[in-house]
Amino acid sequence: MTAPTVPEQLPDRAADAVRERQSRARRIGWIRDYGVYVALLVLIIFNIAATPNFVALDNLRVQLVQVAPVMIVALGVAMVIGTEGIDLSVGAVMALAGALIPLYLGYGVPVAIAVALLGGIASGLFAGVLVASIGVQPIVATLALLVGLRGVAQLLLGGQFRQISSPEFNNLGTGSVLGVPIVVLVAAVLAVIVGFLMRRTVFGRRVVAIGGNPDAARLAGLPVRRTLITVYLLSGLLAAIAGVLLTAYQKAATPSTQGLLMELSAITAVVVGGTPLTGGRVRVLGTVAGALLMQIVTATLIKHDLPESSTQMVQAAIIILAVYVQRDRGGARR
Amino acid sequence: MTSLEKPNGGNRSAAGAAAETAHISRPADVADSPERVGSGAGERVARFLQRQGAPILLALVVLVASFAFPGFATFDNVASILFQASGLGIIAVGMTLVIISGGIDLSVGSVYALGGVLAAWASRYGVLPAFAVPLAVCGLIGLVQGTFIGRFGMPPFIVTLAGLLGARGLALALTDEGKTVYKVGWNDTFAQLGHGKVFGIYLPVYFMVAVFVVGWIYLQRTKSGQALFAVGGSESASTLMGLPVARIKITSYLICGLLAGLAGALNAAYTISGVPTQGVGWELDAIASVVIGGTLLVGGAGSLIGTLAGVLLLKVILNVINQIGTLNTSVQMVVSGAFLAVVVVVQALLTRAQNLRDG
Repeated sequence: MTAPTVPEQLPDRAADAVRERQSRARRIGWIRDYGVYVALLVLIIFNIAATPNFVALDNLRVQLVQVAPVMIVALGVAMVIGTEGIDLSVGAVMALAGALIPLYLGYGVPVAIAVALLGGIASGLFAGVLVASIGVQPIVATLALLVGLRGVAQLLLGGQFRQISSPEFNNLGTGSVLGVPIVVLVAAVLAVIVGFLMRRTVFGRRVVAIGGNPDAARLAGLPVRRTLITVYLLSGLLAAIAGVLLTAYQKAATPSTQGLLMELSAITAVVVGGTPLTGGRVRVLGTVAGALLMQIVTATLIKHDLPESSTQMVQAAIIILAVYVQRDRGGARR
Repeated sequence: MTSLEKPNGGNRSAAGAAAETAHISRPADVADSPERVGSGAGERVARFLQRQGAPILLALVVLVASFAFPGFATFDNVASILFQASGLGIIAVGMTLVIISGGIDLSVGSVYALGGVLAAWASRYGVLPAFAVPLAVCGLIGLVQGTFIGRFGMPPFIVTLAGLLGARGLALALTDEGKTVYKVGWNDTFAQLGHGKVFGIYLPVYFMVAVFVVGWIYLQRTKSGQALFAVGGSESASTLMGLPVARIKITSYLICGLLAGLAGALNAAYTISGVPTQGVGWELDAIASVVIGGTLLVGGAGSLIGTLAGVLLLKVILNVINQIGTLNTSVQMVVSGAFLAVVVVVQALLTRAQNLRDG
């Protein structure tokens, strides 16, 4: 945030007012940028002090394994939101990817995973073409997929859930490498890749440019359409990866429930992490922290015997609070 | 009342002020106002189809279904379609108002559930509290959401997403995590309003018709209703014109909350119980019906007649699927999703056809 410098010739009182506003903006900007990390830290310290067995390795492992799929999905949604779009289809894509696994497991685990990921890519491609080439609003384009894809996933398995008995595949969900669950490793690697994409590549700069001002991006000669399609494609791919991992973790494909309401969890993680819905900014690390924060909040409330209803209300309060401290940005633009 | 479509990043509902800026800074948009658009025959057809497409499509589907399925055009079947549409219809009226004003309301499904729980709980004190309590609480939720959005400039998508979680949490908390189910006496006046029939049609259908008529009059014939179009069309222009933009937005969310509560109460009266898990995903159905009805998500344009047609279209299509003999929900989901995709693609193409000349 670059605030304009105070012109020297301003009268003292006016200059004071400007300075006051600048320092306030800086304070708010600080909360906006680092608030999620501070909140996460506070929560962790609270848990170490007040929750028995919180720091136990088993508990930490469970928390990370549970949050990994949300985190992976949220990485894709963060990129989409960076372009001032939204992706509601991610939960249904997870169900689709899960449903494809048992159908193709007979050809070997790699083939099954490849087909599942292709399903996610196809869905993302479809959404991207609707949004970028035809001009459908992202929310409706992906809403159609949300409704339709879960139906497709259920049809693929004949409306049933299917248990998966391949130890080789299930190991993806339950196995560990050097004590770290594979699911968590995959999430961490993907976070690093997406972070690199956004920060260090031309593609990442284009995503942010399109979200900031699509018309300027187009006039500047950026390949807006191609970039948008790629973003939705990546979101679909990441959702499919999350679906595959969750299927392996559950040792079953359950198309009617898998990834249900995941779009809301992912959007929450992204927003709490400080990525504005107005686009033009993608905060990958913030998204990771946002997902972790929501997970630990839920876990804390459950550990302290608070019911599900209070979890939802606390989550609602966190969302409102997060957006309230971020609203400075919207106000400044207006 | 422009019917422009932003080719990308058009998520105006969530974009708030930023989209507003983009809207103004874009030269092409300035020429989009209907007065300046050349009135070529093709454009006129495109605009007509976009505005009136849903009622026409509904008429066609009904006509075809009547000939194809002997069980379709019977009184009982039509009455049952209308009844199934009543709850969603009432909610979709509020959603239409919110979307016209340039916003979105994701909380309606949860508020609907909350309204049902409150109505079932309050029905022990008589029929008046059974309506007053849910309307008051759900209206308050709408008011609070509207205040966050209108006064503090927070994005509607996120505020109402929090509302979705919060209202559902409240409904669960009131019912002891869903373990307590409040019952409505079968012979209560309140229950009669839910499953009573007049001329063979369930009473909630009359409620829906009344809500649509009042909503139409409000939208088309009152200053407050017309102001929704102005705010949705251009927030900054409305501010410059001296319209109370914040209050107008708040009103739309208030009405949306009230109607979701009313629909929830009627459902509780019909099912004679308040269940906190009702209405999951209804916000999406409501948005889908509004969009199918030709109301643009960018705000500033739309019609309740289109929304009514959109709601009925969704329910008629489900009914037709059942007539074919598949009670399979998966098939219903696939067909609904595909139908929605086709409608939005056609609408986007029609909008593009209208705007082509300004290019």
